[in-house]
Amino acid sequence: MRRNLFAFLAGGLFGAGLLTSGMTDTIKVQGWLDLFGNWDPTLAFVLGGAIVPMAIAWRVAARRKTSTLGTPFPEAPAQRLSLNLIVGSVLFGMGWGLAGLCPGPAMASLSFGGSGGMLFLISMLAGMLVAPPIRQRIDRLATPA
Amino acid sequence: MIEQDWIWGLVGGLMIGTAAALYLLANGRIMGASGVLGELIDGSGRASAVERIIFVAGLVVVPALMVPLFDNAATHVSTNPAVVIVAGLLVGVGTRLANGCTSGHGVCGMSRLSLRSIVATVLYLIAGGLTMVLLRHFLEVI
Repeated sequence: MRRNLFAFLAGGLFGAGLLTSGMTDTIKVQGWLDLFGNWDPTLAFVLGGAIVPMAIAWRVAARRKTSTLGTPFPEAPAQRLSLNLIVGSVLFGMGWGLAGLCPGPAMASLSFGGSGGMLFLISMLAGMLVAPPIRQRIDRLATPA
Repeated sequence: MIEQDWIWGLVGGLMIGTAAALYLLANGRIMGASGVLGELIDGSGRASAVERIIFVAGLVVVPALMVPLFDNAATHVSTNPAVVIVAGLLVGVGTRLANGCTSGHGVCGMSRLSLRSIVATVLYLIAGGLTMVLLRHFLEVI
């Protein structure tokens, strides 16, 4: 029960922060990506502001065995720069630049994003659904038998 | 008002980082939007499905309740359905291949100085910037 309460609080605070920071507005996001236009630096402040509390949280986590609700902390993934990481990040960046939405703001703006927001969300879910077999193919490509 | 926007950006950013810190320290989970949702969609996160659904519910419901506080909460997303569909598909596939997005790699990974997350963030920023500049200033389609 407490686990669900904290999940709701974390999700809610995340959404509130996205709305407050302006990151649910594609004009601000694309304004940051558009170096040749009327450049908008807001995103740097959002990312910088978000990294500070999280960096502190990682230091606190390093001194504890488990989280407050008893789950072990996630182990750091292997630091191998896989082909999937590279291809995926480039594809994600292209989609992000194209529409100005990433997964968090796409969900946070569901109530006011209109039909365009809904269409983006459905397309994103479809992309997530078909991703696992693509990931396996790319893995096989990267490690020839 | 660009002059004030950075303050709201910083305040909102601190809220996002605090949410990520809470999810890590209380629940022991990484607050990555594409991971929470994507592992629900492809079934790999079935064991923690309820927690994920409730996280997404908070992410959707709390901004909905806050909308009246903002003069013009709008996404201003493209009105061209083809652009929106292609972008959504790219974001969906890309974030799952890369195992993270702006929140997972950008906030959670970079704050623990993960090399993968730093590489991912640099790549999607460059890809996003090039896409934006190419399509807006050269092809003039968005």
